Amino acid sequence: MTDIDAQGGEADTPAEIAPETLFDTLLTRSHGQLVVHPTRETYSALLATLHAAGYHSVIDLCGVDYLTNDSRQLPAGIEPERFEVVVNLINHRERARLRLRVQVPETDAVFPSAFNLYPGTEAMERETFDMFGIAFEGHPDLTRILMPEDWIGHPLRKDYDSGRIPVQFKGAPANR
Amino acid sequence: MTSADVVAAGERLRELGAVLRLSENDALAAEREQVPDDETMIINMGPQHPSTHGVLRLMLELQGETVLRCKPIIGYLHTGMERTGEELTYLQGPTNVTRMDYAAPLFTELAFSLTVEKLLDIEVPERAIWIRMLMTEMNRISSHLLFMATNGMDLGAVSMMLYGWREREEALRFLQEVTGLRMNHNYIRPGGVAADLPDGWRDSVLRLLDMLPGRLAEYDTLLNQQPIFRERLQGVGAITAEECLALGVTGPILRSTGYDWDLRRDMPYLAFDQIDFDVVVGSYGDCFDRYAIRLAEIHESMKIVRQCLEKMPKGDYRIQDKKVTPPPRARIDESMEALIHHFKIFTEGFKVPEGEAYVSIESPRGELGCYIVSDGSSKPYRMHVRAPSFVNLQSLPHLMHGSLVADAVAIISSVDPILGEVDR
Repeated sequence: MTDIDAQGGEADTPAEIAPETLFDTLLTRSHGQLVVHPTRETYSALLATLHAAGYHSVIDLCGVDYLTNDSRQLPAGIEPERFEVVVNLINHRERARLRLRVQVPETDAVFPSAFNLYPGTEAMERETFDMFGIAFEGHPDLTRILMPEDWIGHPLRKDYDSGRIPVQFKGAPANR
Repeated sequence: MTSADVVAAGERLRELGAVLRLSENDALAAEREQVPDDETMIINMGPQHPSTHGVLRLMLELQGETVLRCKPIIGYLHTGMERTGEELTYLQGPTNVTRMDYAAPLFTELAFSLTVEKLLDIEVPERAIWIRMLMTEMNRISSHLLFMATNGMDLGAVSMMLYGWREREEALRFLQEVTGLRMNHNYIRPGGVAADLPDGWRDSVLRLLDMLPGRLAEYDTLLNQQPIFRERLQGVGAITAEECLALGVTGPILRSTGYDWDLRRDMPYLAFDQIDFDVVVGSYGDCFDRYAIRLAEIHESMKIVRQCLEKMPKGDYRIQDKKVTPPPRARIDESMEALIHHFKIFTEGFKVPEGEAYVSIESPRGELGCYIVSDGSSKPYRMHVRAPSFVNLQSLPHLMHGSLVADAVAIISSVDPILGEVDR
């Protein structure tokens, strides 16, 4: 994976530049937006640090399935996995935003829930579970939120075949 | 406000236990059992209830007439729009996202377009920026007028519904004049807007701006000075700023608590840093504050529209970057290359460099964000919309806790959820 903290004219010796960090976590920039890359293990501790630093709200939490995308840029030292959980935090006092991208392996798709610190993640984590099948450990009510309770499969996974299931008219042939 | 305050607020909410976490099957089983008189009862409100603004279903746990716990059940309008977005090109994208928040469609188009533009690293012309501001503020007016109408209707002020609808129709007429459609405009697109403002747009805007203040004064007489209306709203469904932050709640609900936060002013996008307007905040965080804030925001939006009218620059309404903009119609007739170019853009779409970006704007309901991951092709690899209504809905159980069923209707109304956006 490419190292994208190489900016400016001195980029000829990228190996010499120490990777940028924020709260001891690898930091990259994407179109001027700050992105940090914690691991699943450091995620909860990082959230606690960030909360104390003024990031009082999780604005958004969603999943991404990188099954068919190999163009992803990650800093050196971060092992790419199939799933990614993306968390957007906001610091109202400093008018700052921070994005967390955490790798989640396909074989062990569990992720620590942020519910205890940020109760607002409850619905978003349920949505991510519903759409990607990532189980959030410590979530109070990890059930489907948008799809029916008895639905099989996770629709936003890249290997989920869209347009295949005739939902309303059972037994009718699919039109695609 | 410190971090500890927000954590404490979250813990308080948890201890209060207003959220009902019960599966549908368990609820059905509980329903079949005979309920003794002194116990609580679970009833369903919606999804076909007129006051649920679409198809929101609430599972309410009641003790007598008091709501103890509540669980909003959503997904009835879920059509997989995020998935659909992955199968449409960036140029087709706005037609999809515009159907999310159908009361304020231009905002989702704007969030989507801004994100794509960020990924493309392009800047749209000055005039396009101001047209976008003018149109979204008009849309904010129409969206808040819709709230005025439905809020009145939910509370039994049925005449208010007709008045709100009447004024909204005027605002929609302007949107139709410019975009061709009353709703689902597909007007704001990556690279600018679909068309320039039509001849005579200034007169239409001025007519609206002249008409609205008088009508809003009527609302004031009809609602603000009506004791029944105030009684129904004041002190009902109160929430604090700390609780809002803990729950991620944004928009008028957050501002009603006195928390001074508006992305247009605090993290300006478009040209809002050149505009003079006030951020309206409440003080009690109750239903009346949320109503009053929206009414006042209509006035503020009118102020912004007036400034757009004065400062509207001349120039192009879309970027003249051949990569994203099709050639002008006249060129197609004379140049084969232009025809091919036109065809290519509309069939294959333009390619967006690899990367990811999140851009958010202040929609009438709160922070509306769009997160796009691009893999370098002409379709988003992943498109996620952070819908304000979806997150704001989480405050519903906490707002309702301990209030009467009749107040529940007022509370749903004051949260102003748009279910198309909640379910996506």
